[in-house]
Amino acid sequence: MKLTLRIWRQASPDAKGKMKKYVLDDVEPDMSFLEMLDVLNEKLVLDDEDPVSFDHDCREGICGSCAMVINGTAHGPQKNTTTCQLHMRHFADGDTIDIEPWRAKAFPVIKDLVTDRSAFDEIIKAGGYISVNTGSAPEAHAIPVDKVSADDAFDAATCIGCGACVAACPNGSSMLFTSAKVTHLGLLPQGQPERATRAINMLAKQDELDFGGCTNVGACHEVCPKGIPLASIAQLNHDVLGATLAGARSD
Amino acid sequence: MVISPQRNIVSRTWGTSVGKKSVMAVTGGIFLLYVIAHMIGNLKIFFGIETFDAYSQHLREIGEAIFGYEGVLWLIRLVLVTAVVLHMWAAFSLWARAKKARPIGYQHRQSWQGSYAARTMRWGGVIIALFVIWHILDLTTGTVNPLGGDESAYLKLVASFDRWYVALFYIVAVVALGFHIAHGLWSAIQTFGANSALKQHALKTFSYVVAAAITIGFAIVPLSVMTGLVR
Amino acid sequence: MSELQQEPTATQGEGRYVVGDPIADTRAPDSPIGDRWADRKFSARLVNPANRRKMSVIVVGTGLAGGAAAATLGEAGYHVKSFCFQDSPRRAHSIAAQGGINAAKNYRYDGDSVHRLFYDTVKGGDFRSRESNVHRLAEVSLNIIDQCVAQGVPFAREYSGLLDTRSFGGTQVSRTFYARGQTGQQLLLGAYQALERQIAAGTVEMHPRTEMLDLIVVDGKARGIVTRNLFNGQIETHLADAVILCSGGYGNVYYLSTNAKGSNVTAAWRAHKRGALFANPCYTQIHPTCIPVSGEYQSKLTLMSESLRNDGRVWVPKERGDDRPPNDIPEDERDYYLERQYPAFGNLVPRDIASRAAKNMCDAEHGVGPGGLGVYLDFSDAIERLGRPAVEAKYGNLFEMYQRITGDDPYEVPMRIYPAIHYTMGGLWVDYDLRSTIPGLFVGGEANFSDHGANRLGASALMQGLSDGYFVLPTTVADYLADAPFEAVPDDHPDVVEAVEATRERIDKLLSANGHRTVDSFHRELGQLVWDQCGMARSKEGLEKALDRIPSLREEFWRDVKIVGTGDGFNQSLEKAGRVADFMELAELMCMDALHREESCGGHFRVEHQTEDGEAQRDDENFSYVAAWEYGGDNQRPVLHKEDLDFSYVHPSQRSYK
Repeated sequence: MKLTLRIWRQASPDAKGKMKKYVLDDVEPDMSFLEMLDVLNEKLVLDDEDPVSFDHDCREGICGSCAMVINGTAHGPQKNTTTCQLHMRHFADGDTIDIEPWRAKAFPVIKDLVTDRSAFDEIIKAGGYISVNTGSAPEAHAIPVDKVSADDAFDAATCIGCGACVAACPNGSSMLFTSAKVTHLGLLPQGQPERATRAINMLAKQDELDFGGCTNVGACHEVCPKGIPLASIAQLNHDVLGATLAGARSD
Repeated sequence: MVISPQRNIVSRTWGTSVGKKSVMAVTGGIFLLYVIAHMIGNLKIFFGIETFDAYSQHLREIGEAIFGYEGVLWLIRLVLVTAVVLHMWAAFSLWARAKKARPIGYQHRQSWQGSYAARTMRWGGVIIALFVIWHILDLTTGTVNPLGGDESAYLKLVASFDRWYVALFYIVAVVALGFHIAHGLWSAIQTFGANSALKQHALKTFSYVVAAAITIGFAIVPLSVMTGLVR
Repeated sequence: MSELQQEPTATQGEGRYVVGDPIADTRAPDSPIGDRWADRKFSARLVNPANRRKMSVIVVGTGLAGGAAAATLGEAGYHVKSFCFQDSPRRAHSIAAQGGINAAKNYRYDGDSVHRLFYDTVKGGDFRSRESNVHRLAEVSLNIIDQCVAQGVPFAREYSGLLDTRSFGGTQVSRTFYARGQTGQQLLLGAYQALERQIAAGTVEMHPRTEMLDLIVVDGKARGIVTRNLFNGQIETHLADAVILCSGGYGNVYYLSTNAKGSNVTAAWRAHKRGALFANPCYTQIHPTCIPVSGEYQSKLTLMSESLRNDGRVWVPKERGDDRPPNDIPEDERDYYLERQYPAFGNLVPRDIASRAAKNMCDAEHGVGPGGLGVYLDFSDAIERLGRPAVEAKYGNLFEMYQRITGDDPYEVPMRIYPAIHYTMGGLWVDYDLRSTIPGLFVGGEANFSDHGANRLGASALMQGLSDGYFVLPTTVADYLADAPFEAVPDDHPDVVEAVEATRERIDKLLSANGHRTVDSFHRELGQLVWDQCGMARSKEGLEKALDRIPSLREEFWRDVKIVGTGDGFNQSLEKAGRVADFMELAELMCMDALHREESCGGHFRVEHQTEDGEAQRDDENFSYVAAWEYGGDNQRPVLHKEDLDFSYVHPSQRSYK
């Protein structure tokens, strides 16, 4: 396959970036998208050009490192698939592919396609946990959890924190990410004592970090590699409004 | 967490993006109820001039004993105006937040993800707002109505829709309203946290059905005038 | 330590290494095995809570072991500095573990117990692990499940609301707790959230995108690390009273493995070069059911759960080099070789045996797919017998993953699978307290060698990581810190300056080579070499060949590697180059260890040492020891220290699966 790539190149956080064009002649359909970029980078290095920086690690769709907008879609054309699991057989010989970093004020570009997503850690830090010290846990069977809640909690907990939801959201909102954690913990009995504060504090942090507000567009769910349900956002809204009416405010 | 009575509920609510959405949802709910009542009233056009004009007159006399002539009507108008201000204020605030959240956009235009209705809420809202202004000037004050202000409501309506471009504008506006409701109703349910993975499909369908019913219920009036069914 | 005992004999590697003093674990109490951990906890000294915040601990790595240790030490009130090279602690490679986590809860009432888990693990490790450590692991497994449930880890549950378990990896009890196929992710997020909570509390200082490049040893004690800030290239020093390495395994020495691309041995190797012994580097685990290589560009291998072998049948064409599509090969021309060779266990033989059998088939030119490196895993019988919906319910997500990667539909065409490197049992030598041979340097998780012997059982890696992180390290590190805080080390201390200078020099040297080959091309060559000679089957001849080749490859690397850019900013090629440079050194020690171990055990299979029917032949008389290697100096022979293994509770026996 012969492909024309147009890739966002930006040398450093403050540098001005631009789309740069590259032609690759020898792309195999069985390559993963990142392997295709590896091939490009090998070529660039031998040509004494700076290789394209991009975050990646596990390359099996679970670590959440890889993050690129491919032809206007976060993680590219295949549904429920991270960039690392996307394969070149989804493209045709002669295609032009535009590759850009996540775009959000809260995710500033570090270099090329690499962005700083530490804002997500900040949101978790604001309350995305159950406060239990090591060693203080009761026996695991002390609290049964009904299977439906456990399964729904799991569905929300599968979030990999890649940030595609933010990248795709016309509002640049991280609501799906935040709500996935609020839902995961909020559905479990262990998460009840901190449920109201968790929702309030995580939302306040998200707002503070310059993420946009949710307007229920649903683009986040469309691009989410783990298919986190939109209903998670409803759960967050529910918990936030309930807590607000009850008189809670963020720390 | 701090449970504190010091900050009042208004600032606590307004202070978060979810709070603003809930303001939009509550005010949107008020509009929806109003719009449904309005639509039912409109449909009286098919019962002839007397019924329609009597209905129009009745609106001014509801609760007259307590609130005086047109008292309730003004109360409703007051609630609606307040709701409009809050709805638009929240919308503008969220829009400004969205602009700030993505200062640099994409080179490759983003693919269409999420529903069309959801993506067109802001411009749809603007169209509806402009229409409402025209609509008041046309059929309430009569400022831009061929018959002026003091005529029968029925005759004003027919006279207005006799101008094809007005009828068309009206239809475009109620279609925009339909889209607005299709997303807005579902969105409000979601904002109040009543959605769930199981109910999502049903709730979206419900919103679309309500939106379609309202759109048809409104559009049928100018269409009837245009086709000569009502004159 | 390096006082020499004897020159090695010819059979032990022909003068390639030196044998030093034996080494022993001096920390495990001398009590009956079931009391040792309790006794050690009681004898461990405590630190006054008011003093804890004055004591600092560095934790490198944020996987299950590192994340859990940092969070727990933070909860206790110590001043913790946590480091990871990823952009967030949540991305450590523990996240990719699929199967589950073992615990001797005996919720099924199927005869499980702490002692049985202990027994299974020692036996599964082919009698090359330390009994004390394994027993502790089995004891602590109970607390792990409690802790994780309390954190909100969404384990699979039954309709009763109680935890579900499944059986795993050949054990006869059902003791594996799981969260669909994403157990590692859920456990890691639990530890990550606990860590974030401590970051919020101010007890843990987090340094993401920061890579440890050297260990600072002052007056014989580990006192800090040299790091490179991957964001801006700054070389920094971080000093503390103790250093804990939880930096994972070294499977990426093979280039292609199921590890994450960034997984590396650098932290452990740097510590090794500063004096920590490296134990059993040749013990590597190969997983039989991975998706095979599809071309030269292949960057990593993807594992698919072993559970597939419950219903899939493994076969190859009987005829050599048969390249017909699988569905065109008639039944009587297929060789279901596992069922033929191991009638009792069939397709369910343990990992090492299944892997080796696949390799033998491919070596004999019966392999299928690109390069003949694959065998079929066929579900057509299962689909016929159980119906497609049942197969879908059981394996749907795995089939989907396979199709996503290969483009083939496993419901229609048999899967192709091939073994891949998956886990490394070897690692830095530690005693019962998880102390390395450098005082103040502790090692946890896959980075140490301690619990799995020569072979790790399925669902035991997560257990070990969390056991070390949540329960063992916080106790034993506190005992060490009872003597702290130690005298402050100034930034201009000669040992600190030396470590920083050495790091800078290495980076400058890498950048100034400006040769003709990319880092990956060297890494691929090294990986192929190690895979061929020190992979699934090892021979004296092959290992010697590798040992002759590695130094010259290393020399070529330093001379001819090409890295574009500078060290002053974000530079991923430079990051990779530093890691590959260390793999180049580790590879040599691995081959050395494999060459010296003249027996087959667990993941280490020497072709010279097999039974008549091709099974691994252990030599308990001569090799029932841990091989702990001391760095001998640049271009010097390494020194071998032996720790004799004592089996008082589980008696070594030969494994048989016929």
